Amino acid sequence: MGEITKLTLVNLVSKIKSKEISALDACSDYVNRIVKSKKLNTFVTETLEQAISFAKKIDDNNLKEGILSGAPIAVKDLFCTKNVETTASSKILKGFVPTYESTVTSKLWERGAVLLGKLNCDEFAMGSSNETSAFGNVINPYKVNDENIVPGGSSGGCSAAVAADLTVATVGTDTGGSIRQPAAFTGIVGLKPTYGRCSRWGIVAFASSLDQAGPMTKNVSDCALMLDAISGFDEKDSTSANTKKEEFLKNLNRNIKGLKIGIPKEYIVDDMPKEIQDLWDKGISWMKESGAIIKDISLPHTKYALPTYYIIAPAEASSNLARYDGVRYGFRASGKDLNEMYENTRSLGFGNEVKRRIMIGTYVLSSGYYDAYYLKAQQVRRLIKNDFDLVFKDVDAILTPTAPSSAFKIGEKKDDPISMYLNDVFTVPINLAGLPAISIPAGFDQSGLPLGLQIIGKPFDEQTVLNSAYALEEKIGFKSQVKDWWM
Amino acid sequence: MADNKFDYYLDGKTGKWEVIIGLEVHAQVTSRAKLFSGSSTKFGSDPNTQVSLVDAAMPGMLPVINKFCIEQAVKTGLGLKAKINRFSKFDRKNYFYADLPQGYQISQFKFPIVGEGEIVLDMPYGTKVVGIERLHLEQDAGKSLHDQDPENSFVDLNRSGIALMEIVGKPDLRSPEEVGQYVKKLRSIMRYLNTCDGNMDEGSLRADVNVSVRKQGSQQLGTRCEIKNVNSIKFMQQAIEYEAKRQIDIIEDGGTINQETRLYDTKKNETRSMRSKEDAHDYRYFPDPDLLPLVLDSEFIENIKKTLPELPDEKKHRLMNDFGLSSYDASIIISEKDISDYYEDVAKNSDYKLAANWMIVELFGILNKEGKEIKDSPVSAVNLSKLINLIKNGTISGKIAKTVFEQMVQRNENPEVIIEKSGLKQQSDPKELEIIIDNIIKNNQDKVIEYKSGKIKLFSFFVGQAMKDTAGKGNPQLINNILSKKLK
Amino acid sequence: MLIYPNFSSSLMTINKETVKKISKLSRIASNEEFENSMIKDLNSILKFVEQLNELNISNTEPLSSVVDQKLYQRDDVEKKINEKKDILQNSPVKNENYFVVPKIIE
Ligand SMILES: [Mg+2]
Ligand SMILES: [Zn+2]
Repeated sequence: MGEITKLTLVNLVSKIKSKEISALDACSDYVNRIVKSKKLNTFVTETLEQAISFAKKIDDNNLKEGILSGAPIAVKDLFCTKNVETTASSKILKGFVPTYESTVTSKLWERGAVLLGKLNCDEFAMGSSNETSAFGNVINPYKVNDENIVPGGSSGGCSAAVAADLTVATVGTDTGGSIRQPAAFTGIVGLKPTYGRCSRWGIVAFASSLDQAGPMTKNVSDCALMLDAISGFDEKDSTSANTKKEEFLKNLNRNIKGLKIGIPKEYIVDDMPKEIQDLWDKGISWMKESGAIIKDISLPHTKYALPTYYIIAPAEASSNLARYDGVRYGFRASGKDLNEMYENTRSLGFGNEVKRRIMIGTYVLSSGYYDAYYLKAQQVRRLIKNDFDLVFKDVDAILTPTAPSSAFKIGEKKDDPISMYLNDVFTVPINLAGLPAISIPAGFDQSGLPLGLQIIGKPFDEQTVLNSAYALEEKIGFKSQVKDWWM
Repeated sequence: MADNKFDYYLDGKTGKWEVIIGLEVHAQVTSRAKLFSGSSTKFGSDPNTQVSLVDAAMPGMLPVINKFCIEQAVKTGLGLKAKINRFSKFDRKNYFYADLPQGYQISQFKFPIVGEGEIVLDMPYGTKVVGIERLHLEQDAGKSLHDQDPENSFVDLNRSGIALMEIVGKPDLRSPEEVGQYVKKLRSIMRYLNTCDGNMDEGSLRADVNVSVRKQGSQQLGTRCEIKNVNSIKFMQQAIEYEAKRQIDIIEDGGTINQETRLYDTKKNETRSMRSKEDAHDYRYFPDPDLLPLVLDSEFIENIKKTLPELPDEKKHRLMNDFGLSSYDASIIISEKDISDYYEDVAKNSDYKLAANWMIVELFGILNKEGKEIKDSPVSAVNLSKLINLIKNGTISGKIAKTVFEQMVQRNENPEVIIEKSGLKQQSDPKELEIIIDNIIKNNQDKVIEYKSGKIKLFSFFVGQAMKDTAGKGNPQLINNILSKKLK
Repeated sequence: MLIYPNFSSSLMTINKETVKKISKLSRIASNEEFENSMIKDLNSILKFVEQLNELNISNTEPLSSVVDQKLYQRDDVEKKINEKKDILQNSPVKNENYFVVPKIIE
């Protein structure tokens, strides 16, 4: 007992399939660990009893066909789950129990995975530290000098839960870095697939043109397996890509000989810690050792990505979040007339960061400002995408750090929105261009916090991204330093 | 009729005023399912029983467009002789309202599916061409019920997400009469195309009416007010009259018109400012990121073109040019799809001109009297065409035909059977008629002498006698001929 | 080189009036404290995004979707998947048939 939760997803599923481990034993081990890990505040809703009975059913009926058979999995609380409360970590959705299951999570359960519960995140995925959650911040399983550290965000419950072995793998969502940055902050692997690779149907929307679900796992193989499980065209999502089904795990290999890897000079930032630059340099030499060809490239509009993002994402969010009005679901405050009811509901139901972004989004779309802000941002978005289109004529993938710093202390950046936003400086351009990118754990800073490297690929070329990461992973030989201090 | 002059000007204290009207018609697309969801569009179901997760804007729901609705919009565009835009986009129109679950309406703002077109009106003072600015697809909202409870309003989302075509007309209309003709003509075109049933009672056709006024002779447009969601032609006309007078009064008293959205109160026959539309000027339109641009290939458009039926204007020309109908008769026949369908059924087996006459004079007389629509006509098209053929081949006279028609209205019976049973068949045997006429001449020698001495008016006396002796069934033409010969 | 922008000199383009207008459009109740914090935050964010003014982009086509495919179109088929109770189930105020909201004056 106890060692099961250390297994990777690929290993656990193969042991369950070969009956070396029962689905029930796997589930029970995770349940036991979850029960003892409340301090990390990773779960918003637990479905442990249902999980146990579902695991039993898998064993009793020998339901071991699925590629995730018996895998105990908790998911970000942004995925709507049938008959299980879904809140997006917001008070405004408190008590909302969907009558439907998101496409991505239904694929998990169809393939044999067992739902453990719903994971904490920044409210409506708006944040980079998980501090905007209505259910309190998640705590990073890594600790510095007894001080609590953020797990990154917005998929902070996901990253912490994988790092702390509270779920064998998970799915998060990434709008501007929300999978990759928390993955880097907690020493796990996180992949944002190409926009359109995974269906957005049933995921609480933040910014529709940027949101994308993706796996967060212990290693690259698990990531490939999870992507196999959750990707695919969905006729319920008009923006989902009608591409052929691929087999990422089957085609996973470390042969990157001759692969051209670009190093963008614009990602060298002024006050980036030296250890991040050093790690990046190491990444470059590991790539070379694996036979890749390194090329210096330029993505000239990189510095405009964050400002562009902070127009487009709030604009879309201001509209996407208009449906939270206290009429059909969730929280409702009273008011003497309809408008007062709306205003009170939304004022009390949303947290500050969400309100800030709704306000900004409303402003940049409002009459007289649309051209100056929103339209301009869309134009710059084109330039940013053009930058990538151009360099991808010369290179097969791009290597950068995932974030400009390691995880920070809880509360450290809470009062300064801009310094918080700067966390996403390396991840945001990828969302604007709709590209696939992975973050893999690559080392530690001097205080022992994990650091990540990011590999960016061409649209729908997740295989190259995964293979490069797989090659790099072997060179890095990352070992988790999580100490179970909270138990 | 072209000598009738347009003269709708309103009298103010300071002179005559011209009324400028532009309509934004919302026409429900005839389709089984909604624009972006698979819910039924059926009318009159129990509240909230035709609501999908998408229509209720549940978290994470996404729109997927209904292909048929696109075809219907293109078809309507073609019927309005409009430019079909190969590239169009869906935008979000953001506002809060209880019957708008998403907090935005998916509509088309910058790039509508259909561009400029036109509608031709037959007015007593001649033809008038009214410009169409655009046609775009959008979602309908749900329904709020305000009168069921003193403190609350109730929301029914059955209509939420139904496909609408918004047809934006240019401000080319100048009178309530023109507005009436415009709506009727537009509705008729859509009914010919089967793209909108035009049922105003069920809300399938409503209009936002934009009204402004200016002094007669002025070229400048005044500030307009938009009267929202008026759902009958009569109400549109009343609302326009009220609103125009209101604006004239304000301007003549030295005031200015506020551009605003107003509501027409049908009970009080007045318009008033709408509180709920206070921030109507700031809809924050932007392209819906849940949808991709709609790109139509020319083949798609050509295929729709091939299925277009003959439209009212073309049919009118055909009836006038090929069958010699008057412009007046032709425009009545084409005015409604149902009328024109009925007419086609009658005329395909009989005489085009007689068919038009009989429909317009006799059939419509009866329908008006009984307050019926043509689809409820007591006389079927087949029977009417038989009647016309009986007149045409001389079996009955026009006069007898009217008697037969009356009986047909009672029982919708085959006129041949009626004639047979009641012996109304025209007496057209010249030999029989000659015997009868010879008898009349023999018995009225005094009148014959008078006639021959110059009192030619007496001719009708002999005709009358002949008709009397044939019980009204004598062929008048033949009787005339025989009498002329015999009395020479 | 990516230069972190400097936010010390905010233009303060957003004033109290604007915040009130925006919060009304957004249907978020406003009070003194909210307005003050929003004036500060929104101006700093706007100052940040105004970097885009450095670019000359008058000829650039705006990009609203990165998806390069034809819009998927479904057939005109009715599907009944939800019962009235499913649709009303999560509503905080409802009756047997309807969502219920405070009385609307049109
Ligand atoms: Mg309108
Ligand atoms: Zn409209």
